[in-house]
Amino acid sequence: MRFVGGKFLHLIVVILAVTVLTFAMLDLLPTSAAYAVAGANASAHDIAAIQEDLGLGDPALVRYGKWLAGVLRGDLGVSLVSGQPVAQAVASHLPATVELVVLAQLFTLLIAVPVGLFSAWRVDSRFDRFCSALGFGLTSIPSFALAMVLVYFLALKLKWFPAVGYAPLSAGIWPNLKSLFLPAVSLALVEWVILMRVLRSELIATLQEDFILLARAKGLPAWKILLQHALRPSLFGALTVFGLQVGNLIGGAVIVEQLFALPGIGRLLLAGIFAQDFTMVQGCVLLIAVAYVAVNFLVDVGYGLLDPRVRCGGVVRG
Amino acid sequence: MVDRLSVHLPCGESIVRAVDEVSFTLERGQTLALVGESGCGKSMLCRAIMGLVPGRALLPAPGRIVFAGQDLGALEAGERAGLCGGRIGMVLQDPLSALNPVMKIGRQIAEPMRHHLGMTRVQARQRSIELLRAVGIAQAATRIDCYPHQLSGGMRQRVVIAIALACEPQLLIADEPTTALDVTVQAEILDLLADLQQERSMAMILVSHNLGVVAGRAHETAVMYAGRIVEQAPTGELFARMRMRYTRALFDAIPRLDDPAQATLTAIDGQSPDLAALPDGCSFAPRCAHAEARCTGEAPTLVSDGHARHRHACWFPCAVGPTA
Ligand SMILES: Nc1ncnc2c1ncn2[C@@H]1O[C@H](COP(=O)(O)OP(=O)(O)O)[C@@H](O)[C@H]1O
Ligand code: SF4
Ligand SMILES: [Mg+2]
Repeated sequence: MRFVGGKFLHLIVVILAVTVLTFAMLDLLPTSAAYAVAGANASAHDIAAIQEDLGLGDPALVRYGKWLAGVLRGDLGVSLVSGQPVAQAVASHLPATVELVVLAQLFTLLIAVPVGLFSAWRVDSRFDRFCSALGFGLTSIPSFALAMVLVYFLALKLKWFPAVGYAPLSAGIWPNLKSLFLPAVSLALVEWVILMRVLRSELIATLQEDFILLARAKGLPAWKILLQHALRPSLFGALTVFGLQVGNLIGGAVIVEQLFALPGIGRLLLAGIFAQDFTMVQGCVLLIAVAYVAVNFLVDVGYGLLDPRVRCGGVVRG
Repeated sequence: MVDRLSVHLPCGESIVRAVDEVSFTLERGQTLALVGESGCGKSMLCRAIMGLVPGRALLPAPGRIVFAGQDLGALEAGERAGLCGGRIGMVLQDPLSALNPVMKIGRQIAEPMRHHLGMTRVQARQRSIELLRAVGIAQAATRIDCYPHQLSGGMRQRVVIAIALACEPQLLIADEPTTALDVTVQAEILDLLADLQQERSMAMILVSHNLGVVAGRAHETAVMYAGRIVEQAPTGELFARMRMRYTRALFDAIPRLDDPAQATLTAIDGQSPDLAALPDGCSFAPRCAHAEARCTGEAPTLVSDGHARHRHACWFPCAVGPTA
């Protein structure tokens, strides 16, 4: 567990750095937050008053300290536009995003892992070539275009799923899953390709290894060789990609959230940017950055779970 | 028994004849040594016996492998897999890469027993500990939960041997089992293999590129060159009356630890031939000091030299006599 402990310390340091950057980012913006609050017709006097109010006159370090103390208490400030606490807004938009990410990545895995395994086992087979071609085709289409096709057929024609909107978990698990199915699938249809390619190439390399030859010499059936011997040592690249994808989706599924009218973080962020709601943007960026760092921490821990050698261990001589 | 076995690997336009019409017979409890330079097809021959040739390899007729009266080529893939790991065990050259780095060795040893003998987890674990003891690993009960990287090279090779022995095989194929190991460990592993073979009266194919490894450890020795067996005899007979210049060259290449002047390995002049474009005639001719017109025109076949099952493939063999 010393391995995880060390990584955790590292995580704390990185998150602190993230808060500094997030804070500095908005502090350095050319337009002062006071202008945004006061609106276009404000007099210089109004601006000064608001600046006083927001504590904008203090030195940067003091303001950072105050802000960080607030963040640690769960206080991200209030929206400059609506006056709603930012933390509250972020919390209310988080479930849709988290569910979307989990579901999308679940579908991604469900497609990428079996396809990667089959393709690597029979390289250049008809299946392998078909999946490669399909994959390249899918990545060259933007996910919102795919989403529109899916909506047209599965929602408008067949009426299996709602076309837009989000049913929270409190409305029941089934309506909830139904409302997220199409957005998650349209993300997964693009995401699986890169994950599969990475997994496939790593598997192909692993299958050349001597220990696979030995496993075959044991007379084990193909599925055991693939799942029990080849898969685990081939997951490093895939794990990295997976972590990056999760990180990206937390704030980056903006278009899909917009298209399906999902109340997610991506949409909140976008709305904040358009309204020049700096505290809201700051809150969202902070959340996204922390999530990114946390996911990568989990990926690092995952390496250790995958490979005992990463966890260190003495060599026994003899 | 291996009868006229060939392994051809299509490689672009050409065909690599990795193994070319190799035949031999091996009795229960006997050891056959296969010796030859790197790249002469020894490993491919072993893999062919195990049924583990690369996917695109061809095994042209009339090549056959008969094991305990069964033609392995005629078996279904499933039955064949039942033999591999069950009644035929294999030890690979490099123990550092032969074990799965992310799986505990206990599970790797138990695997063939669980699969072929239907043992329960507990039974297989018990047997694995016994096997580790049998291959000379101390504290077997704790080492069984080690990952390969926690063991030294010699110990890992012992683990690989334990895996090969797990299902009490009748034939053990050891493909250069000591090439990747320290000289000090080599003799230990070879002696271990010899002891185990005696105890269990297995047949063994011992592969090496070093003729010295084989001396005194194999009943019969076959020398391979460019995919073919070029000389074969009971080991003592072979050492006493080498007929092939290639065999002599291999003999001279044995590193002598007792002779410091000779401690560096003498390489055989010339390169081993490209198996995709073998010359007509004797494939050793370009490197042979005694090659004559006939050698490049016509390939010598493996013929008996009329003495104690000694066979060789050369038009102008060395004179019989003590090796110089
Ligand atoms: N997968 C492969 N594809 C094509 N050629 C191969 C392959 N494996 C081995 N060969 C060729 O087969 C020949 C015999 O190789 P090998 O049996 O490994 O030799 P040895 O074990 O005697 O050193 C070599 O010349 C090598 O180039
Ligand atoms: S057949 Fe000729 S070339 Fe070949 S080993 Fe004998 S003497 Fe040399
Ligand atoms: Mg070899």
